[in-house]
Amino acid sequence: MRMQRVRALIGGVAILLAAACTKGSEPAKPASAPAPSAESAPRKDIKIAVVTHGQASDTFWSVVKNGVDNGAKDLGVTVTYNAPQTFDMVAMSRLIDAEVAKKPDGLVVSIPDPNALSRSIKAAVEAGIPVISINSGSDVYKQLGVLLHVGQTEYEAGVGGGEKMAASGVKNALCVNHEVGNASLDLRCKGFLDAITKAGGTGKVLAVNAADPTDSQQKVTAALGEGADGILTLGPLGSRAALAALKQGGNLGKVKLGTFDLTPDVLTGIRDGELEFAIDQQQYLQGYLPIVILSQYKQYGVMPAGGILPTGPGFVTKDTAARVIELSKQGIR
Amino acid sequence: MRRIFNRPELGAACGVVAVWVFFALYAGGSGFLSWAGSATYLEIASELGILAAAVSLLMIAGEFDLSVGSMIAASGMTISLLCERLGWSIWGGIAVAMVLSLAVGFANGVVVVRTRLPSFIVTLGSLFILSGATIGVTRLVTGRTQVGGLHEALHYASAETIFASRVGGFSVSVIWWVAITVLATWVLLRSRFGNWIFGAGGAPDAARNLGVPVQRVKIALFMTTAFCACLIATFQAVKFTGSDVLRGTGKELEAILAAVLGGTLLTGGHGSVVGAAFGALIFGMVQQGIVFAGVDSDWYRVFLGAMLIVAVLVNTYVRGRMVEARR
Repeated sequence: MRMQRVRALIGGVAILLAAACTKGSEPAKPASAPAPSAESAPRKDIKIAVVTHGQASDTFWSVVKNGVDNGAKDLGVTVTYNAPQTFDMVAMSRLIDAEVAKKPDGLVVSIPDPNALSRSIKAAVEAGIPVISINSGSDVYKQLGVLLHVGQTEYEAGVGGGEKMAASGVKNALCVNHEVGNASLDLRCKGFLDAITKAGGTGKVLAVNAADPTDSQQKVTAALGEGADGILTLGPLGSRAALAALKQGGNLGKVKLGTFDLTPDVLTGIRDGELEFAIDQQQYLQGYLPIVILSQYKQYGVMPAGGILPTGPGFVTKDTAARVIELSKQGIR
Repeated sequence: MRRIFNRPELGAACGVVAVWVFFALYAGGSGFLSWAGSATYLEIASELGILAAAVSLLMIAGEFDLSVGSMIAASGMTISLLCERLGWSIWGGIAVAMVLSLAVGFANGVVVVRTRLPSFIVTLGSLFILSGATIGVTRLVTGRTQVGGLHEALHYASAETIFASRVGGFSVSVIWWVAITVLATWVLLRSRFGNWIFGAGGAPDAARNLGVPVQRVKIALFMTTAFCACLIATFQAVKFTGSDVLRGTGKELEAILAAVLGGTLLTGGHGSVVGAAFGALIFGMVQQGIVFAGVDSDWYRVFLGAMLIVAVLVNTYVRGRMVEARR
């Protein structure tokens, strides 16, 4: 009697688990040799693990995930996608550890904090798993034994944004950081502020809480009161808050606003002249390409000859916004 | 037999078995049962378990400490900043962080016992103060939010052996966890101080009348929780060769959850350290087991929540049956 109830409880959860977990839940085949085999392996047996630091509330990362999912669908391979619930590098390193223990045929990771993640990534490399880094980590991927980096170099992208701002006359700039603790974002702000300073202006970093848009908006409003005339946000969460702050204060168009990464509202904002520009790193490709590359590596042992596969930076401005809007609706840009 | 049935942690032990069997069936093939797979959840469980041991003692004495989460970030950053910026030996950094944590715990305890404000509110306040101060100071000093390079600190190798090495494939923190659980259990069940803890949480006025220094007991326990938070920060700072300002966020609730899973009452006066260890083990197994089962991270929290509630149900159910059986 006692055991029956217990068993029923366990069974209930098992059904839940099976129902909602559409892929990746089939019992795994015995792990195959980690090194690429000369013969082509059947694609459906290829297992790739993706671990990123992208919070679920960040629309940027849902485009990456769309890339991952479409890559898995187009190639017919099995992919699991994992990210910690908050920006938590210790939790992320443990997700990597668990994926490595599953012995996948390939591993895709973002590296926002090399100090915290290097141990886990090196362990994956030592276990013979081919690793590709995406999005952040362009400066360290090689030291960790990662085969390839797919993304943009953060500092240079920040410099590009700063130069564009300075050219449009910005003297007192703000860099709005919505993910305190992410080294890549720190690099973008540094590049941006360096470029502004070089052009004779001044600037500072404003830290906001990504999970709380009201808090972010009020902090930007307060900073505008101190006389900022140009704002660079590092992602949609920041740009939405900055846009709201500008609207509220009647500063739209007076204060130049640029952002990293595209979302529907950023694009319409550019079309309507509310934002100057968006720096695009085409993150869809950061999700899609590694799935293709790792599948091919497993099947045929082919791999681009190392280095950084740049997906950005590119700029979307008023001239190009309309074309990009259509694709953005499909979650591809 | 009766003595076994009397133990508060028996329910949690059944929860551990239930969760393990569940994942062994569903994710056994993908590495949950492997040596490396077991090591990943034991590592999580060990760090949470060390914290939960101290937190359960404090809860038995009738108080909460929410500041342990940001204490982890503050301690880790203290170590990293002293080593990276001032070139200190890593042992110097760890010593200062430990003294600092004891001071914070002391301050928490004194404010709680003197003002008689709920510890929930007092330590929520210190949670914010600590996390804000950590972000503020770090950015002021370094202009960044993460500080690395600890592996270049003086005497790093000896610290690594003690806090971050692997023993038979398992993290050394597992040994610390077992040792601390044994020590805390001995204190709670075999020492006079342990009786004082039960007294302070169960019947504070009666305890006071009997001459138990309730205030000093509580202050000592606040210092213990802060110290254990610092210990976890040390594990993580050494293991990951650096710190960031958000590390440890949410750990305070996880530790309380582990203690409750293990049969510690939210109202104080009753509980067990071994139970808290089982609670931490359940949490670690669920957290990593979900990854082994290949659940998409969008659904992660649904399963974490569902599994934890099931674990609590199994726990409570078994404990209920045992109480019946005793009659």
